[in-house]
Parts: sequence; C-alpha cells; structure tokens
Amino acid sequence: MSVALADGLAIEAADLLKSFKEGKGKPAVAGISLGIPLGQLTALVGPDGAGKTTLLRMVAGLMKPDAGTLVVLGINVKRDPQAVQDRISYMPQRFGLYEDLSVQENLDLYADLHGVPANVRRDRFERMLTMTDMARFTHRPAGKLSGGMKQKLGLACTLVRAPDLLLLDEPTVGVDPLSRRELWRIVQQLVDEERLSVIVSTGYMDEAERCEHVIVMNDGKMLAQGTPEALREPADRCCFVAHPPSGVLARTLQARLIDDRVNIVDAVPVGGAVRFIRAAQADDADIAALLGNERSEAVPACLEDGVMTLLHAQSAAAASSIFATPSTSVATTPEDGERPVLIEVRDLVRRFGDFVAVASTSFKVQRGEIFGLLGPNGAGKTTTFRMLCGLLPATSGFLEVAGYNLRTARAEARGRVGYVSQKFALYGNLSAVENLTFFGGAYGLQGAGLRQRIEQVLDEFDLATHQHSPSGELPGGFKQRLAMAAALLHQPDILFLDEPTSGIDPLARRAFWRRITALSEAGTTVVITTHFMEEAEYCDRIVIQDAGRLLAIGTPDEVRAQVPDAADMNTAFIGIVEQARSQKPTTEKAVA
Amino acid sequence: MTHPDTRAIHAPSGGFWRRLRALTVKEFRQLLRDRSNLAIGVILPILLILLFGYGLSLDIRHANVAIVLEDGSPTARDVVAGLGGSDYIEPTYVLAMSDAEGLMRARQVDAIVRIPVDFSYRLAQGNATVQLVLHGTDAATAASLRAYVSAAIAGWGQRQADRAGRMGPAAGVQIIDRMWFNATNSSTWYLVPGLIVLIMTLVGGFLTSMVIAREWERGTMESLFVTPVRTLEILLAKIIPYFCVGLLGLLLCVAAALGLFALPLNGSLWVLLVSSMLYLIVALSLGLFISAAARNQFLASQIAVIATFLPALMLSGFLFDLHNVPIGIQRVASILPATYFVELAKMSFLAGDNFPLILRNWSILGVEAVVLITAAWLRTRKSLDH
Repeated sequence: MSVALADGLAIEAADLLKSFKEGKGKPAVAGISLGIPLGQLTALVGPDGAGKTTLLRMVAGLMKPDAGTLVVLGINVKRDPQAVQDRISYMPQRFGLYEDLSVQENLDLYADLHGVPANVRRDRFERMLTMTDMARFTHRPAGKLSGGMKQKLGLACTLVRAPDLLLLDEPTVGVDPLSRRELWRIVQQLVDEERLSVIVSTGYMDEAERCEHVIVMNDGKMLAQGTPEALREPADRCCFVAHPPSGVLARTLQARLIDDRVNIVDAVPVGGAVRFIRAAQADDADIAALLGNERSEAVPACLEDGVMTLLHAQSAAAASSIFATPSTSVATTPEDGERPVLIEVRDLVRRFGDFVAVASTSFKVQRGEIFGLLGPNGAGKTTTFRMLCGLLPATSGFLEVAGYNLRTARAEARGRVGYVSQKFALYGNLSAVENLTFFGGAYGLQGAGLRQRIEQVLDEFDLATHQHSPSGELPGGFKQRLAMAAALLHQPDILFLDEPTSGIDPLARRAFWRRITALSEAGTTVVITTHFMEEAEYCDRIVIQDAGRLLAIGTPDEVRAQVPDAADMNTAFIGIVEQARSQKPTTEKAVA
Repeated sequence: MTHPDTRAIHAPSGGFWRRLRALTVKEFRQLLRDRSNLAIGVILPILLILLFGYGLSLDIRHANVAIVLEDGSPTARDVVAGLGGSDYIEPTYVLAMSDAEGLMRARQVDAIVRIPVDFSYRLAQGNATVQLVLHGTDAATAASLRAYVSAAIAGWGQRQADRAGRMGPAAGVQIIDRMWFNATNSSTWYLVPGLIVLIMTLVGGFLTSMVIAREWERGTMESLFVTPVRTLEILLAKIIPYFCVGLLGLLLCVAAALGLFALPLNGSLWVLLVSSMLYLIVALSLGLFISAAARNQFLASQIAVIATFLPALMLSGFLFDLHNVPIGIQRVASILPATYFVELAKMSFLAGDNFPLILRNWSILGVEAVVLITAAWLRTRKSLDH
C-alpha cells in the first residue's frame, strides 16, 4: 500500500491492448493509457462493446493484456496478479453467489477467503447487513432473493473487508430504481468514511454524474476523461427543451427531431416535452424548420448530453446506420378518435401457493397504444406479462386479449400477439434467415408469403448484412433486432416486450425506441416492461406495480403529478412506491 | 481515515488452511443440499450392487432343456435322470424330436438332448451316442450348456463304469476340472469387486466432472478468483468432500460383498482400502481435469461418461478378460487406472495379497494421480483468458 500511496495512483496503464482470438478483427481494448488517482470514485462509461469489462478484468488480473503495461496499486498485474487480487475487491457483472448457500454462509465464505479476523468480522457483517437492509434474511438461501437483493448481497460479499481498490462492473444492470439508489448509498458511504478507491462501470449517466472522475470509452479506446463538469462542456449551450403543441405527442416531436442525424445529436421525451441537443455546427434555419412553430428554451447540459455529443461526433457514420429510419410495413392503419380496446384485464389475480404475485389488477389497453409496466424487482410485472401472453394461467379474474378470452381461447389469442423475452430466445446456431423461417413456420406462414415477410423484416430491421451468420454470434443490438423481427413476422396486433433495454447502452436504446414509436404509429399495440424510468416518457400510459399491487395508472403526466415536486419519472416512481410501502408495511418481499 | 484493523490483513502466503477449510465447508454444504449429488453418491451404488449382484449373472441357472427319450429302457432313463438333478438344467420331457424342435424354434428351450432308439443297444456295443442340439444365438449360454450336459453325461458314464467294476473306455485320461479363485465358478464373485471399481469411477469421475464446470457456468469462479484464494485450494476443496462420498460408496460395496454375497476376503482389508482410496484420488483428479477443461456441466458429464465410466465398464477387465482382446485394446486398457484397480480388487477378495503386484499397481495409480492432478491444476488458471 505504501508503494501505491507514494505515487498516488490506483491504476496506471500505458498503451494497453487486448484482443480475443474468436473475435477476429477489432481488439476489445485498443491502446488505452490512463492514470486513476487513489481515494476517488471513478466511472467508466461507454456503449456496449466499448471494452469496459475487458479493462476491469485486466485490472483485476483475470485477463492478461496482449501489450502495454498495467500497474495496479504499484504492482505489475501481468507479473503478479495474485498480489493484486490479495488487495482488491471486484464485483463482476454477474456476481457469483452460491445460490444454495444462505446469505450468512455466503458472507462467511468470502470473509474466510479474505482472512477477516473474527473480531473485525462481527462489526463488518453487522454494518453490511444494516446497510443492505438484509439482517432479516440471513438464513435465506441466496437463490431465493430478488434480483435487487442478490446484487446487494454481491456487493456485501465483495466488501467483507475494506479493500485498497474496489472494482464494480455494471453493478446496477437490471436493478430497479429503489435498489439502485440503495446500492449507491452503500458505495457512497464507504467512499466517504474509508476514502475507498472505486472504479465503477455503468450504463446510467446519472450514476456517472456522482463520480469525481469519468472516463468515456468507445470502441476499445478512451474518448475523453475528466470531471463530470468538464465532460458536459461539449454540449454546453446546445441543450434545449421544446414543448409540442397540445394534441401532439411528445414522442412524435421527438421522433421527428432524432431522425435528423445531421443537426440533432440527441432527443428524448421528458415530462411531456422534448429535450434535445443540437449539433454544434447545425444551422439555425434547419433547427427552426424542424421545430416548426413549437417554442423551445435553452437548458443547462448534463453529463449524458456531453457524452452523447462525444459519441455522436465519433460515430456519425455508424450511428446513421443504427438510426436508419424505420419504414414499418405492419399493415394496419391508425384510426382517429376513440380507439378499440385490445387488452382488457379485470380483477386479475395470480397466486403461487400462499404468495400473491399479482393482486386484483385491472386495466385496459387501446389499439396502437404504447403501454408500460413499471415496478421494482419482484413487483409482479413479469407474472402479469406472462398471463397477458397466455404463458401462465390466471388464478382468477377476466383477461381478454385481441378479442379472445384467455381462459377459453388461449391459442387463438397467442396467434395475434408477438413476444420478445428478456433473454435472447432464438437458436444461436441457426442464421438469422433460418430462425425467421422457423418462427414464421411456427406461426403458420409458408411459401411465398413467408419469403416475402422475411424479406420485409430483414429490410425493416436492417438485418440483411448479417442474415447468413449464426445468430448466436451477432452483436447485442443485432440480436435484439432479430428477436423483434421474429416476433413481428406474423404481423401481430400486439407486441409484448419484456425488459428489452436492460443492459443496452443509450445509443442503442434511442434506436430501439425509435422503432417502437414507428410501430405504434403504424397501429401495432406495444406492451413493454422496463427498469429505465425515463423510458416511461415514450409510453402513452403506464402502470406502476409493487408487491403485486397496482399503485398508479395513467399517462406519464398524470402519474408524475401524483407526487408533488417530482421533476422526472424516477423521482415520481420512488415517491409512489415508498408512499405505498409506508401505508401498508406489508410482508417482507424478498422473493422475486 | 483508513481502517488499519481491516486493511492490515494482507497475509497472502499464510491462510492456506483457513481458506481450504472455508472452501471445503462450502463444498460440503453444497453437496448435502443438492439431492442429486446424494442420489449419485449413495442411492446409485446401492442400486448397482443389487442390480449387478442379483440381476446380472453370467452363470446359467435353470436353463430349459428338452429331453427326447426315444429309447424307453431303464438305462436310457438313468442317463437323463442325472441331468435333472442340478440347479443348472430344467428338463422338459417330450416324446418326439419334432416336438422338441418346435419348442426350440419358439425359444422355450435352449437345448435338446436326444437319446436315440438304439441307445441301449449301442451302449452294449460300446459306441453309444447322445445327440445335443444347442440354440446358438447366445453363444455364451450355449457353450456353458454344452459343458454342463457333457459333464453330466460323462459323469454318468463314469459311474456306470465304476459300478460295472470294469475299466471304462476313457478311464485313464479323466479330466477333472476345478476353478481356482472362484471355487463355485460364480460370476457374482468376480462381478462384485469390479462393481466397486465402477462405483468409485462414478463418484470420482462423474460427480466431480460437474463441480468446477458448475462454478464457471454460474459465474462464481470469476468472483472466487479475485480473492486471495489459490488454485490448489479450490481443487483440494473439491476433492475432499467427494472423496468422503466415494468412501461411503466403497464401504457400502464392501459390506454388500461380504455380507450379502458372501464373498471371501482372502487378502487383507487394509490393502483393499488403500487401493480403493488411491483409485478414488485418480478418478477425482480425472473428473476435475475434465471439468476444468470443459467449463460446461453438460459437456463435462458427457465426456466423463465416455472417458471414465464406459472404459471402466468395458475395458478394465471387469466384464471381459483382457487376455483375449486384441493388442490395441490391451494397450488402451494398460493406460486405464481402472484396469489396475480391478486387478487389485479381485486379488484382495479372491486371490489374497500378492505384494509385488500390489506395489506395482499402487505405484502406477500413484503416478497417474499426480499427473492428473497437475493437469487439472494447470488447466484451472486464475484467468478468464482461454
């Protein structure tokens, strides 16, 4: 430790290079040089495949760099990985908890491995269990915890001793806003009290904004580094909020803006308006033409704006292909006025033994709506979802989808819906076209009709370039587009998407939502679950669930209005869930 | 600011025993909580013992034989009476050869013994014949049956000769068979020692093949790696619990062998136990090596069956005598640890201690254990690079 303190650097890297043989082609980390000081919270941000995980694994001594030097805590990792591993703690993206061991046994194991003496251990455990609010669950097997709780236990196991350096690889992926806030509170507390050096990779810009130092990576290279303030700078004086006229959806304006890749860097719907970044070189007249007579006002830039601007400049060409304007051929015409109800749910209940996963829930979804299901881990979203898709029978209640009662006509209803699951559920060793042919056949398409639909979706989802490579080897964004294409082959009335954007970087998420809004314009009804609260802004209506109960339903504006002073959906969500929990201090809900 | 009490404990070289203990406790807990492990470790051995001990037998018992007595004389009756007097043969008397052939075609009998019309007459002449027709589809059964029937009839001839008080035609060259080391010539006696080998292989190779792969699959390996843990500690912690499960299986087998099947233990128990433990370590190391190389539970279990269980069953001399197989297969068998353990186990139960053989086989097993454990150790690097 004394060596490391002497030069004050936790990590010192020079011309670091790492490529994978299987990948053929671009290296995962392509010549990175950086210095990260001790006692500081550093964030690693960048799109998927930027090389964040590879960099962290090299720091942890789990992978050897092909070239370059890497010194961690004053130790050459390449030469003596064990010496580094004796002093750091590392939480991989998927922390390996032993699911058949209890919470306490997992903690004991890691404390033993790190050699935490008994007297220190008692205090440390108590502190960790209090911070993670898990003191009640010490005897529960780790496999029976909800996603958010598993993540917290993983962090607690990583922190059974105070390390000299803490590495966290996307600790909040797939974690709801409440658990996310708690995880950060724990990390922040340790940083404040112990001057812990932390490096965290994250896809959430609001998390990076809390760090003292931010490193932006793209394509295996470091794009920029500095304080969050410094990194906002490229977007300074380029951020605006535009209010659409009444009767026009925010997402309609957002779609119009984001389609202009030359003049607009980024646009997202926020609180009924559209927040956008104009390109620095954009012409005022062009912007005015885009906006029409909608008024706009300048707003201060945030870290996300700065990073989006950096990435936009970096990959203008590549981005244009991601954002290729979807021309949806789904053949239904949008109607005006009162739209027919496509999904009706009345008093829906689902029990697993004594456990009530979904308690008396009612709502309606109209044709062409984007309907969002929001809730913490274990709220009952997935259960509701599965019942809507006809994958799980309801315990009681009325459920009608596309005009079919799911009790009596489940198969017919299924023929009218498309479903994209959270995990990639296509055959990895079949090519894109083979997968599409198979799923088309499963939905009863054949011959010329099937070939024509495959041509259409390949074109629509921009899959033609990779249509003959095995789908398991496609990049993440491609896989997701392929999964959507397969679900839309039979031109369903309703598309169900289960956490489609979990673990996807901001750029890919913009492109994804652009497709969804285009689908909705063409008349497809979309039901979607998400952990990203800001994504609720794309929805026509949302519901918030917690512990199986429906807490709020309405347009994003209406839901936001339920919590006083809620500036964004994240705050509103936390407010609504906490209020409901305090009113009804119900049973502990650790089980997902 | 810093907490010296928690940060001072970077004792990388010390703590071997502490970490080993922690990991071993963890392995035991996982082992005991996963019922499928216990099923393979305890229930499967019991099933195999009962199945192989009672179900599978290479002996002939109660084989159906049709007897066509065309000669009704008392002498002829006397000949066949000897056939019915044993456990081996279940005689069915028919009147005509055609009936017997019908039974044979329907596979209701495995053989036909025909005493021709002129049997008594020719016996008096000194050149009597008895016809034996065997169902040849099952060569092993046919061969055994032929031996039994011939022996029974030859025995009758001998007795007949003795009674008559004159020398029989073959009196001077009588062949007296006797089986050494398996006095009753019971296949159970040589199957059960082999069974111990099979069960040790199953627990050692098959169960263990999954445990490291499982850690890779569930992502726990990555978390373990970034702790002061050493690879050797991970491996040893995996070996210890499964070694215990293997010992349990061993004791069950030995108890069954001695108690249930009344095998003799002509060698000493400690030699048998040491041999078994040595083999268990070899099997465990092989399982760990497969697991470390495959990093995928399904693949690892497939490889384990093909690389450990099947060879132990087919090529170790457990079922088929290695002296009669082609030279290529003998070569393969001479690499298999199971071959040496089968030899040791059969020796311990049936032949009694033979120290030159014991020492030779122990050293071969010892070398194999060291080689395999080193291979597993080299394969499990603390690294995510392939």
